[in-house]
Amino acid sequence: MTTASVSLGASVSSQSRFMQLALVALLGIFVVGFVGFSHIDAVHNAAHDYRHSMAFPCH
Amino acid sequence: MNLFRNVVFIAAIAGLVAGVVLACLQAYATVPLILKAEVYEQAGGGHHHDHAAPAANDTNAMSSAAPAPAEAVAPAAEDEGWAPADGFERFAFSVVANIVTGIGFALILVAVSEFAGGIGNWRQGVFWGLAGFAVFTLAPGLGLPPELPAMPAADLTQRQIWWWATVVATAAGLGLIAFRKSLPLAILAVLLIVAPHVVGAPQPDSFETPIPEGLHHQFVVAVTVTNLVFWLVLGAVVGVVRGRFTGTATSLRDSFA
Repeated sequence: MTTASVSLGASVSSQSRFMQLALVALLGIFVVGFVGFSHIDAVHNAAHDYRHSMAFPCH
Repeated sequence: MNLFRNVVFIAAIAGLVAGVVLACLQAYATVPLILKAEVYEQAGGGHHHDHAAPAANDTNAMSSAAPAPAEAVAPAAEDEGWAPADGFERFAFSVVANIVTGIGFALILVAVSEFAGGIGNWRQGVFWGLAGFAVFTLAPGLGLPPELPAMPAADLTQRQIWWWATVVATAAGLGLIAFRKSLPLAILAVLLIVAPHVVGAPQPDSFETPIPEGLHHQFVVAVTVTNLVFWLVLGAVVGVVRGRFTGTATSLRDSFA
């Protein structure tokens, strides 16, 4: 499992690398949180079947 | 922000593919069960939901795209706000939700896996996908099984907090086991994974529901299996797309995309 160790963006400093990846992860959490977990009725209703199908807490 | 751009690009492709796959699986496996459950919900009269779902017989409501009569039947949408019309519109919004959150999950998966050296090929991707399935479906699903409409449940916010806490604890536990070669940390990892279930998920006061046990069980299986396929596809596609880029661009370093 450790054969391919080519990493993306190997030339950026490790601090900048950490910040950028953390930013990506936060963006992902925000997207999932908004579509799957927001309490806005319209968003809930639009993604209703999806929320049930993903076993997200619903209603 | 080259790295940022590359990671987002890979996640967008993988999320799109896996999201479309999941939407197809749901249309076939889970949505028909939700529509059936809504019939019981309507009959039970309890929690009134704004989808009237009149066409909830076995013909899947996607093909019978007749939103006009559906709206006519719908009781004036109470105070639950806007909702897509049954039929095509409702299906379309589900597809969009699948793709958008597919990309969201892909962003998380790619970012986390880059910290650990990145997903090098589709096989590594499958293992990362299994981890994602364990973190986002299996672990929270133990305490909060997939629910159908009209099933009783505890306070929404409390369940959402438990859900996210379980995801974080399970992810941290799996990460410790996979990437730290130390026995005390492995023991800590097991404790982290077990802890949310010792605390216990918020449960409703009463489990009384008009939904037949068999229908619910069918739904739990359908949700779990469709999510498994989603995560395996997501991980594998990330591996393929990322491998393609690093394969052709090692000399260019990170200047691709």
